[in-house]
Amino acid sequence: MTPSPAAPLSPAHRLTSYVDALWDAVVSVDEYAAVRQALDAVDAGIPPEQVLLDVIAPVQHRVGEHWAANRMTVAQEHAATAINDRVVAALAHHRPAEESARRGRITVACVDGEWHALPARLLAEVLRLRGWQVDFLGAQVPAPHLIAHLHRTGPQAVALSSSIATRLPTAHAAITACQAVGVPVLVGGAAFGPDGRYARLLGADAWAPDARTAADFLAEGMPATTPPALGHQPVDDLPHLSDQEYSLVARTGPQLVKETLVRLEERFPAMRDYSVQQRQHTAEDLAHITEFLATALYTDDDELFSGFLVWTGSILTTRGVPAHSLYPALDALGEQLKDFPRARRILAHARRALDHGPDSGSSA
Amino acid sequence: MVKSSDTPPSTAPFPGIDAAWRSAPHPVLVTGPSGVVRAVNDAAALLFPGAAPGAALDDVLPRWLAEAHRRFTDPLRPGDAGPARGPAGDRSIEARPSRTEHGDVVWWLVDDTARRSAEDALRAERERTAFLAQASTELLASLNADRCTEVTARLAAQHLADAAVVIAPPSGRRLSVSFCGPDGEVVREKVLADPASVPGLAEALQGFPPVPSRWIDPAAVPEWVRPSSLGAIGSVAVTPLPGHGVAAGALILLRRSDQAAFHEREETFARLFAARAGAAMSAARLYAEQATITRTLMRDLLPPRLQQVSGVEFAGGYRASNDTDRVGGDFYDVHAGAGPEEESLVVLGDVCGKGLEAAVQTGKIRNTLHALLPLATDHQRVLHLLNGALLDSHHTRFATLVLASVARRGNTVRLRVTSAGHPAPLVVRADGRVEEADTRGSLVGALPEVTSRTAAFDLAPGESCLLFTDGITEASGGPLGDELFGDERLRSALSECAGMPAEAVVERIRMLAAQWVGNGRHDDMAVVAITAPRHAHPGAVDGATRGRCAS
Repeated sequence: MTPSPAAPLSPAHRLTSYVDALWDAVVSVDEYAAVRQALDAVDAGIPPEQVLLDVIAPVQHRVGEHWAANRMTVAQEHAATAINDRVVAALAHHRPAEESARRGRITVACVDGEWHALPARLLAEVLRLRGWQVDFLGAQVPAPHLIAHLHRTGPQAVALSSSIATRLPTAHAAITACQAVGVPVLVGGAAFGPDGRYARLLGADAWAPDARTAADFLAEGMPATTPPALGHQPVDDLPHLSDQEYSLVARTGPQLVKETLVRLEERFPAMRDYSVQQRQHTAEDLAHITEFLATALYTDDDELFSGFLVWTGSILTTRGVPAHSLYPALDALGEQLKDFPRARRILAHARRALDHGPDSGSSA
Repeated sequence: MVKSSDTPPSTAPFPGIDAAWRSAPHPVLVTGPSGVVRAVNDAAALLFPGAAPGAALDDVLPRWLAEAHRRFTDPLRPGDAGPARGPAGDRSIEARPSRTEHGDVVWWLVDDTARRSAEDALRAERERTAFLAQASTELLASLNADRCTEVTARLAAQHLADAAVVIAPPSGRRLSVSFCGPDGEVVREKVLADPASVPGLAEALQGFPPVPSRWIDPAAVPEWVRPSSLGAIGSVAVTPLPGHGVAAGALILLRRSDQAAFHEREETFARLFAARAGAAMSAARLYAEQATITRTLMRDLLPPRLQQVSGVEFAGGYRASNDTDRVGGDFYDVHAGAGPEEESLVVLGDVCGKGLEAAVQTGKIRNTLHALLPLATDHQRVLHLLNGALLDSHHTRFATLVLASVARRGNTVRLRVTSAGHPAPLVVRADGRVEEADTRGSLVGALPEVTSRTAAFDLAPGESCLLFTDGITEASGGPLGDELFGDERLRSALSECAGMPAEAVVERIRMLAAQWVGNGRHDDMAVVAITAPRHAHPGAVDGATRGRCAS
């Protein structure tokens, strides 16, 4: 893959070679080599926006894939992300000084509890390149900070990023809060679904699948948001919340995990020999499962939960844990939630999805 | 078909009723189907003076009533017996038909002028109330002064006039003016103009009562007040925007020449709107002033942003116990050494208590330590002097802290760390082993004497030293909801951080602690990582030597 000096590379090949080189630097946690790759790419005439979105972003995407495939630990993922983040920073410093922002002001932030700041950071840099004045508030921004910032700066729009579906209830609160102070909200990130369905469900003013689309959309001008009526509640948008299943499951999460652990031990003899560490991991997995169940109750979307479960199954398989251990967990949850018709519907749907999932094997 | 109009009018079978009918207080009119008046009572005769028996309806009745008669008698549209309504002179009349046995039509007329005007007034009042409610909601939504001004101009242009201009209270030579024309777009401008050039504007900006619209000659309104899209101006109203005690600006309403002038009632209503808009704009301006003051005062209390200093990586992270706060009782600082060979001093500490008051105390400790920097080679002495300063102050809060003097020597980073009543720093080695720095000491600000023991050690490339507050280890939560994060979990998390850049170490620890507490309550949390970079750094990248940058 080493470019030969004789034959000039096609633009696409040039990008690929920079992606590979940056990837090598990032996995070896070599900040200087990584920064050099990005700056070289700019100096070689690749527009900075392309370096951000077609070199750095694909490397970050590959980091996620490697983590999912168990070829990278969470810690290594953090290290790689930190390096990528420095590359973005170096790129921002490298750029010749822009004239003052021409277009207006945009706030870019991650939902509270969202730690993956890089996608939002990339969008912030792209918007800066396109002449916006950008306030990048970073990862996990509590709604009170976000709103105080909006009152102070009065931006044209807020771009809100969230990658984990379990942040959707928090994202909903943030969207509503921004709209309540009259600022339209553009959302993006994996949490909102590949087709942006949860963005629509939660009443966001716009959704974008990637930074380029988001920047294009903002360039056209956000539509004015309709401020919610006084006393507006989440249940007004999501009437199914009135059955309280979401709040009860969300509130009693730890108890559900505890009780499920007890029931699993009765039903799944292998667990009795688990080490403290394995037990801890099981508890964490169960906590994730109940969180996703709560989120599926919030959105009233069976796919949200079953999608997560099938994905968890494949991750477990990758990590050498039998995925059929998920069935007794679903059963144990279902028994505890027998008075919760929506929860039972969602659990049953997930069970069927697991049956047909790639790694489900036979039902245990 | 027999024409009933050819038969003579029937005599009333009951003369008493006939007399009563004639003197009834409501107008009644009997008409033949072919369109002549057959009979009128006294009240109807007063209402329609020409309506004598035998007269043609079209000649003596208002058009609408003659039309209603035709509709009612139209054989092609049987059953169209709904009431008709229209004016008669200056009265409003409701007419209801009924048919006699002879085929005549009796029109029973009710004068509903008073009801109609009451209904009109009620509808107008409801519309105004709804508008004011909507205006209040929109105006109060944002505490941003520019947005409030924009909303004021837009609402006024849409509901009160053809165009509206909001003038902010003058400060300096230029006036801040927001125009909104019929298109609903708000344009903001700074204009070099004298408020006195608009009749009544200078007074309105001082909060004096408005000048009645009829006193203002539209021709006297200067060019800078007219949105170019509006065309010729027919009438102008100037209203103060009363704020909280002081004027929040003035509102100028403009109507085109072909539009009616402002009624007195409309001017009163504009003042009602202006009162709400002014209060909202004034609140937004107050909020902005307060926020600026808070930011200025808070600037020195916020945790600094850390970066590489003299070949050593520093990173820090902070989370206040309350999500609405940005500061609290935990703090950290990195004071860069005077030269690349000099030691940098890192401080991380925890003042007893939470919130703003604890943060103010951290500010005092941080300032005192800053002043003691020349003595930083001797940690014991620094702690002794700090202890004395805290005991002398009227504050009763004590603090625990860690001091670390850091300098790069070749590829390794040399540290001297001293704990004063604080959890001992942890060190992660290149192979993932985690060690606790061998330092102990008493807290500061409580006892007359402080004692402490300093530990010295080196970090090889890729190794990190982690300073943290007990907010991390005592974070309660986890999958079961009530477990402490604890030392063991912190050590095991740190063990995975071998070889990581300082920022990644800090982010990893912060993330794990944050996920551990979830939505639960927690104390202030602070961490600082001191890391020996894994890769040799070219001098050019390490241009910045400041440990603190403006945040």
